[in-house]
Amino acid sequence: MSVLAYLIPISLFLGSVGLVAFVYTVRSNQYDDPEGDSRRILNDDWDDKPRPD
Amino acid sequence: MTVQPRPSLAACPACVAAPQVPVEAPPTEARLALSLPGIHCQACISTVERALNAHPAVHSARVNLTLKRALIEAEPELRAADLIPVLAKVGHEAHELDLAALATTGSDRAGRDLLMRLAVAFFASMNVMLLSISVWSGASDATRDLFHWISAAITFPAVIFSAQPFFVNAWSALRVGRLNMDVPIVLALVLALVTSLWETALSGEHAYFDAALTLTFFLLAGRYLDYRTRAVARSAAEELAALEVPRALRLGDGGAQEVPVAELAVGDLILVRPGGRMPVDGEIIDGQSELDRSLLTGETLPVYAAPGLAVSAGEVNLTGPLTIRATAVGEDTSLHRMADLVAIAESGRSRYTSLADSAAKLYAPGVHILSALAFVGWYLWTFDIRMALNIAAAVLIITCPCALGLAVPAVTTAASGRLFKRGMLIKHATALERLAEVDTVVFDKTGTLTAGTPQLTNLHDHATENLAVALALAEASAHPLSVALARAARDAGIAAADVQQIAEVPGHGTEGMYQGRVVRLGRAAWVGAVQGRQTAAWLDVGTGEAKPFLFTDALRPGAAEAVAALRAAGKEVLLISGDTVGAVEELAARLGISKWVAEALPDEKSARVQKLTNRGHKVLMVGDGLNDTAALAAAHVSISPASALDAARVASDIVLLGQDLTPIAEACSVAQKATRRIRENFRIATLYNVVAVPLAVAGLATPLIAALAMSTSSITVSLNALRLR
Repeated sequence: MSVLAYLIPISLFLGSVGLVAFVYTVRSNQYDDPEGDSRRILNDDWDDKPRPD
Repeated sequence: MTVQPRPSLAACPACVAAPQVPVEAPPTEARLALSLPGIHCQACISTVERALNAHPAVHSARVNLTLKRALIEAEPELRAADLIPVLAKVGHEAHELDLAALATTGSDRAGRDLLMRLAVAFFASMNVMLLSISVWSGASDATRDLFHWISAAITFPAVIFSAQPFFVNAWSALRVGRLNMDVPIVLALVLALVTSLWETALSGEHAYFDAALTLTFFLLAGRYLDYRTRAVARSAAEELAALEVPRALRLGDGGAQEVPVAELAVGDLILVRPGGRMPVDGEIIDGQSELDRSLLTGETLPVYAAPGLAVSAGEVNLTGPLTIRATAVGEDTSLHRMADLVAIAESGRSRYTSLADSAAKLYAPGVHILSALAFVGWYLWTFDIRMALNIAAAVLIITCPCALGLAVPAVTTAASGRLFKRGMLIKHATALERLAEVDTVVFDKTGTLTAGTPQLTNLHDHATENLAVALALAEASAHPLSVALARAARDAGIAAADVQQIAEVPGHGTEGMYQGRVVRLGRAAWVGAVQGRQTAAWLDVGTGEAKPFLFTDALRPGAAEAVAALRAAGKEVLLISGDTVGAVEELAARLGISKWVAEALPDEKSARVQKLTNRGHKVLMVGDGLNDTAALAAAHVSISPASALDAARVASDIVLLGQDLTPIAEACSVAQKATRRIRENFRIATLYNVVAVPLAVAGLATPLIAALAMSTSSITVSLNALRLR
């Protein structure tokens, strides 16, 4: 059962990575325009060169 | 703000040598917002953004497709009116939005806060559930204790953070000596945590850490759904308000100047162009015109306006430019005074108790008594306080209104979503429940059942030559009657006659020279005729008597269908209007409404609604005008079209976004279905309790049974709600 000493911290760590990632997406306004963001990826305006700004 | 020399952070020598770019630009940027109702795809986004960014005064523009809105950073002198033609050129309809009215950023913080708590509760409950499953599948002795201690370490901070909304609500209810749904929740959480910790310290078998967290998670999910539904409705309602940018033309030393309405003062001279709305109460001091008062009084007949006439905010100037002197501004205008009537009427409505509240009122004391009885009974039976406390906690957790907390929000979210797709905006939380009880529907006429645009009825009574003259005269004016006349004549294939020297006489009509005679099209008194009961424009061709062109108000699309469907559903339909007897009678006959009232004053309207209510009817009021606001607020539930005055939209529970009235009948049936689902959900939740509570009281409940009962009941309730979609 000594494997628990590693597995529990690892599972908690992985879970908290997910939590932190979610908190980051909320804080950086990534849910403000879900519909627009899913469409923008189809836009070919800046396919050849990056947007200048 | 003082500009300080910024320390260079550059690491390479070349960058240090290069001239430093001023990082902080002075805040010269005007933030503009445009509503783009027509955009729907990625091509639209790039067309709009490219067109806006190509404008020299625009710094940056970004489209939000979800909100169908563009936010623009630009030079301060740029106005939204300059950008609308730019977008029209690339084929997109745009309207200016008043940014001050779009206060979504502040309220969105509350939503983000809830989402954060929901995420933490989810994370913690999943981890604790993993540990608990190992315990249930047979972990024992030191391993079980270890798992319990780790669960406790996760649960305590998570519950303290996530369940804060419940703690706050419960405390505010307890402070004033009331019970709400949150009191049993908090009691269950606290008791579960305390007994579980105690059990863990004594190496006990049962700990309810997972139950406490799952409970928090499901309840927060219910709260979040509830919040989302209301946030969507609120932001759409805000958008409607923001579409009316309040500006006025103030006459000063340097001519007319555009200023926000809020800056107007009593005594200011204000220019109101034809087609414009009066921004304040005032008196006409210059100009002649006609006024459309339909939004205030329900009359469809335009009123002649000349110097000396008092005007109220909200009236529409039709033909000639008017200069008015403000006599009351802002809060003192008649438009705002109506708010008092609304406040009085609303105090009656706040007596409505929602289904959730009445369920909580039955439920909360019952749970506490049951749990207390279980505690006392087991204590007297065994004199073992640890066991008694354990059983009391199990009873509280199993009965905890997890499914009850989801029962209402899940249903209202599904129903509001469905109605929103059909163009209805549910603004009030309990509007659907109240709509389901409606048995009487009261309609306003002008602007609600009718579109407010006149329609010519007697085209064929006139000679072709007269029609040609009338068309020539009508084309020279922007008056609604002239526009309708011109449209009808052109549709009938009439060509305009050769009328010379056409001139519009504001407030009276248009005149010109035809074959050496003066010809006139306008008000009855101006051409020497007598005004009848119906809306009419009179044509005088200089040979004999003037002839009337009669108009009726065009029906709103779906009005007849909506009335028919409501009657078919067994509801009584009434028509109460401020318009003249003739006009109301004619419309009532056309729609088959047998009960109607004409020439009703605003307080009469609300008094009639009140009288119906006192007789035990549940009244749905549909209206759009200022004269309807008090009645809208007095009714059991109210609907107003998006074209209504802001005051009417605020007073009503549901806003109809499109032109069509048909969704009203559907909304009633959806509301009834939704209420039925809510009741079903309560029954499902109760059923689970009836099965699980005896087990808990008998001391047979394990954390596994608690977790199963809680999850299955919550999931059944949510699935039942989804059947509405």
